[in-house]
Amino acid sequence: MAETKLTPQDFAPLHSEREVQSLSRPSLSYWQDAWIRLKANRRALISLYIVIFLLAFTVVGPWFWTIDPSTIDPDQISQPPGANREVVVTAPYEPWSIDSIVVPASGMALVGEPTTQSIRMAWAPMPGAFGYRVYRNHFPVEPGKALGLPLVNILNPDETWFEDRLNLKAQDYYYAVVATDATGNRISDPVSVDVLPERVITAEEAIRRGIASAEEPPAIGTPLKMKLHPLGTDYLGRDMLSRLMHGARVSLFIGIFAPFAYVILGIAYGAIAGFLGGIIDQFMMRFADFVVALPFLLFMIVFKLAFSVGAGESGIFAMLIAMIVLLWPGTARLVRGQILQIREEGYVSAAKLMGANTNYLVLRHMIPNTMGVILVTLTFAVPSAIFTEAFLSFIGMGVAPPTPSWGSMCNEGIKTMLTTPHELLFPAALISITVLVFNLLGDGLRDALDARMRSRE
Amino acid sequence: MWRYAFKRLIQGIITVWFIATATFVAMQMAPGDPLSGEKALSEEIRANLEAKYGLDKHPVQQYFIYMGNLLKGDLGISYTQQNRQVNDIIAEHFPVSAILGVLAIVFAALGGILLGALTALFRNKAPDVIIMFLVILGISVPSFVVAAIAQLSLVNINDLLGFSLLPVAGWGTVQHMLIPALVLGLSTMAFLTRLMRSSMLEIINADYVRTARSKGLPESRIFSRHMLRNAILPVVTVLGPAIAGITTGGFVVELVFAIPGLGRYFVQAVQQLDYTVIMGTTVFYGAFLVLMVIIVDLLYGWVDPRVRLD
Amino acid sequence: MDTASGSSSVLRQLGLYALLTIVGIALLMWAMSWIASVTGSAERTQTAIDPETRSASFLLGDEPPQLDSSKATDALSGMVLGHVMEGLLAYNENNQLTAGVAERWDIRERGATFWLRRDAKWSNGEPITAHDFVYSWRLAVDPANSSQYAFLLYAVKNGEAITQGKMPLESLGVTAIDDYTLEVEFENSTAYFGKLVAFSTYYPINEKFHKSVKDRFGADADTLLYSGPYMIENWVHGASLKMVRNPHYWNPGRGGLDIIDFPYITSDPNARLNLFKDGKIAIAGLSAENLGEAIDRRWQMNAFAEGVVFYIEFNHRPGRVTGNRHLRRAMQLVNDPAELVYKVTKLPGYLPGKSLFPVWVQGVNGFFRQEYPAPEAPVNIEQARWHLEQAKQELGLDEIPPLILLTGDNPLSTLQSEYYQDRFKRTLGLDVRIDKQIFKQRLEKMTAGEFDMVMAGWGPDFDDPLTFGDLFASWNEQNRGKYASSELDAQVRIAQRSVDTQERMDAFGEIQRILFEDAVILPGYERGIVYVVDERLEGVVRRAVGPDPDYTFARIREGS
Repeated sequence: MAETKLTPQDFAPLHSEREVQSLSRPSLSYWQDAWIRLKANRRALISLYIVIFLLAFTVVGPWFWTIDPSTIDPDQISQPPGANREVVVTAPYEPWSIDSIVVPASGMALVGEPTTQSIRMAWAPMPGAFGYRVYRNHFPVEPGKALGLPLVNILNPDETWFEDRLNLKAQDYYYAVVATDATGNRISDPVSVDVLPERVITAEEAIRRGIASAEEPPAIGTPLKMKLHPLGTDYLGRDMLSRLMHGARVSLFIGIFAPFAYVILGIAYGAIAGFLGGIIDQFMMRFADFVVALPFLLFMIVFKLAFSVGAGESGIFAMLIAMIVLLWPGTARLVRGQILQIREEGYVSAAKLMGANTNYLVLRHMIPNTMGVILVTLTFAVPSAIFTEAFLSFIGMGVAPPTPSWGSMCNEGIKTMLTTPHELLFPAALISITVLVFNLLGDGLRDALDARMRSRE
Repeated sequence: MWRYAFKRLIQGIITVWFIATATFVAMQMAPGDPLSGEKALSEEIRANLEAKYGLDKHPVQQYFIYMGNLLKGDLGISYTQQNRQVNDIIAEHFPVSAILGVLAIVFAALGGILLGALTALFRNKAPDVIIMFLVILGISVPSFVVAAIAQLSLVNINDLLGFSLLPVAGWGTVQHMLIPALVLGLSTMAFLTRLMRSSMLEIINADYVRTARSKGLPESRIFSRHMLRNAILPVVTVLGPAIAGITTGGFVVELVFAIPGLGRYFVQAVQQLDYTVIMGTTVFYGAFLVLMVIIVDLLYGWVDPRVRLD
Repeated sequence: MDTASGSSSVLRQLGLYALLTIVGIALLMWAMSWIASVTGSAERTQTAIDPETRSASFLLGDEPPQLDSSKATDALSGMVLGHVMEGLLAYNENNQLTAGVAERWDIRERGATFWLRRDAKWSNGEPITAHDFVYSWRLAVDPANSSQYAFLLYAVKNGEAITQGKMPLESLGVTAIDDYTLEVEFENSTAYFGKLVAFSTYYPINEKFHKSVKDRFGADADTLLYSGPYMIENWVHGASLKMVRNPHYWNPGRGGLDIIDFPYITSDPNARLNLFKDGKIAIAGLSAENLGEAIDRRWQMNAFAEGVVFYIEFNHRPGRVTGNRHLRRAMQLVNDPAELVYKVTKLPGYLPGKSLFPVWVQGVNGFFRQEYPAPEAPVNIEQARWHLEQAKQELGLDEIPPLILLTGDNPLSTLQSEYYQDRFKRTLGLDVRIDKQIFKQRLEKMTAGEFDMVMAGWGPDFDDPLTFGDLFASWNEQNRGKYASSELDAQVRIAQRSVDTQERMDAFGEIQRILFEDAVILPGYERGIVYVVDERLEGVVRRAVGPDPDYTFARIREGS
């Protein structure tokens, strides 16, 4: 037997043989693998692009579309997109002097040029009248039919003239006047006149709106074009596009940050409770029940105070904190339920037997296996956060005006749903798109993160 | 089982006590004076009113008085309707909210489970895509918009038919409940559909399902015994808080459909800083919620025997 | 993985569950319906107008908060009480003050006498006596009852002292000489006392009944005793309220409706309009948003000025920039109520504000505003800027700091504050921050003076200019901006004390001038109401002071 003599060299490590042993495919971590699968999912990818686009719309948009979202244009109220913008310059408004009124011998007649600035009319005195009532209609006067909008009750039989300035548009109007008795009852047949006023703007206003230059003020009668609002205007004549961009700041901020924060909080809380179990679980879950039952509205007020939201500040941060502090228990309960279930699964026991530590068990086995449920919660938390803000606006506790938000825009838009649907449609569509892309992205993520899918590719 | 239930009940009472305390503190912190009105009060009248409601005492003293009354089941007198007991207000309006809420939750839970199961079975096929699209539509439109559109459609349908198919608003009969309950349950139904679909998809691949199938069990049996029953678990978990959410969150629906529920009273109470009504409804709802959670947890043990109740 | 989906047996299983679900829900709903029938009251077949039962249905905007007439303060409770209660005097269909429970009356400089009609009865058949008035008036000033409207009885001798607990209840200057004669002593001469007794705080309360129901007086239909033409038959809180004729009312011929039903209670404007469209209610108020639809549907519309004035009130406390008169003048000169009313609120019936006194207030012989025209400040931006510069100099500021505009949570006031914010920015370059607060928080801030400007409004309590005129007296609790002017105070005292109408109106004219010249407020508008009425209904009375709307004179048109 030859004697083996060991030298220190024998104990030197072998040189690395990585090249020989290398796999044909690079080893991928769980997350890298998930990313590859996500990229392969077309719907999810498109959604991801849309999310990026929405963020760009919010952040970069206002640099390109610089109209101030709180600038009111009383001459372009509730204009749908693509509305006629032609307008003619007119003289500034002068109150009607009584001396210049010529009362017609019979019937009713217009006085002066009818414009959207004012329409003036006068009529022959009616016998036996105690006063008059003037109506404005969109239809010609027909016997037995309603006369339209009652504009004024005049309580003087000698005052046979009226000037209408109420929200005039360049459209056909049919005015009618009736005589009334002392108690305001109608005592005569209507006398009427019809008119198509011309849309006008004063030179001063035109300059202020930036549609005419201040150096050479436009002469009276010059045709101009009103300022362009590609998505129309709202009930105060504010630019919809700009409001949507600025509104996205509030809605997306609340809609993304709040859910992420409280869902993560909920996952951590639920996972700990579910994993530890026993008395700690009991205690933690009772605390969650306690938080769920706290009245959101009341705490909202208190948080506003606690974060000293000053007058005119939007209060969005207080709202965010209130949501995070009060809304996590739903997720926590859900995650805990799942963890309790998974804890009993075979693979968890197996991992435990193999000596896996707690962190590994929770992060590697439990959380990924609850991912499906978590993502559903998250994708639903996005619209519910947006609507919580909208609901707060609905009851007057939302962000301070004039800060727009999609939710409050919906809330305003719903009132004019039938007459000017664009005020509801645009913000509602943006909310829907946001929710849709978060759902598709959530679906894609769920598939991508599903450990079982991994083996199948 | 009964011991567990009893233990939970005791814990529940403690939870409710915490809720009452936290709400009391929050209320004291909230700015504003419950006695102030549009018309300014003279000092003498204010003093009298403060004495009537015990506001002249130190908040700590007020707290103990309130808790004492609470133990006796006396929730005090409303500030805005000074001749009504909060007990009466809850007794009159809670049943309305409860009926509406129960119906909504039943719609939501059953609809959600069935639709969710359906979509999972037809994953990525036409029924799945269509239902999922509707679900997203259902959650992406705020409840005040849904309520308004539903009501407007009702008006137009009645107009078209020439008779009243369903009432536009009000409360009192089955016909009055149908649409409001659907509107109220809609977003929860959408949520549960999604949840159910997601949890079904995980179970379709589960080992025990494969085992059952390889044993040659009929598909319908696998579906109802193994898949449905397991997939329902997450749905059951969220049901408890969802019930409370729906019964309290009915404000918009109650307002639009002119329903005399408690949700309207609560929102008004917060706006009016009606201390006793805020406290009364919060404590009552807190107790209700805790009870629902206990019931759901018991149900959970029943649906899933693996979860030990102790 | 899709092995299960193809199986028709699974689908059948699912179908079975679905069927079971539907059956289950149907059973559940059936079970719920009888529970609901207890908590609600609306019937499915109910219609706006029913000529057979001579009933008409309307909507209540909210639950009436307080039907105890000694404590009621709000317009809604006032409306309901106006139908079921009657005081000594009442308003008729032409809004003239006429006999109510009193058939004759005599108002003198230091007191008044009312002779009650013998056939006036409570809804339980007992006669209404002078003692019922003595009892209710004492109740209103009783410190233990702590009514917020006790101040309305300060006109009666010792009323204020009793409220302050300085004198016994019995010292109130009202006595029942006999069952049908009521003698009143005034604290100071009160020329408008006749208008006061038509107000709900002066309604009678039956002592025996009041004591029998104790704290629950006015909480439910059966804890009230009615003196008016109608009585509440059924009141389901938050859901409905139904009035029927009071069989014991002294004038059974009044009005043409046997039943005045309020089957719905909601403040949602869309719901209101939908109920009208569906033929469930006979009257619906319109908002600017649905005027277009009302015109297109060719509904019969009416408009009237409601009597409430809205304005911006400045904070005059020392240390506030708005205490500077030049700054207020500058804002006054760019304030354009016409633009606000014609372009922003967009409702007919609204009048551009010019004064604290609304147009309907009575003067010496005619309308106050015709006899004392409100001074006007036409928009003048040049001059406004000059005042702004003066203000900056006086205040020693380079820039006016952002002004805080306190506003309420209702949509209309939000709308206006957004308009004002833009308006002041556009014309004067002033930064305005909107502080939108819910009701109690707003009141708290108003009382504490945490604002520069506040959107305020005032509705009349009684039909005399004084209800507006004393608002800015330095001692008035309602003067939240703490405006103090000895000149104005002196005029208010004249208006309160004098019995000479001319002298009083001159004082109000002076008050109007001072408010304008000192730019104490910026008038906004006088609110109006546009509403649609079912064509079959006539005679609904609308009024600025007193119960509004008043259905007690309404009739269903013949042949409908």
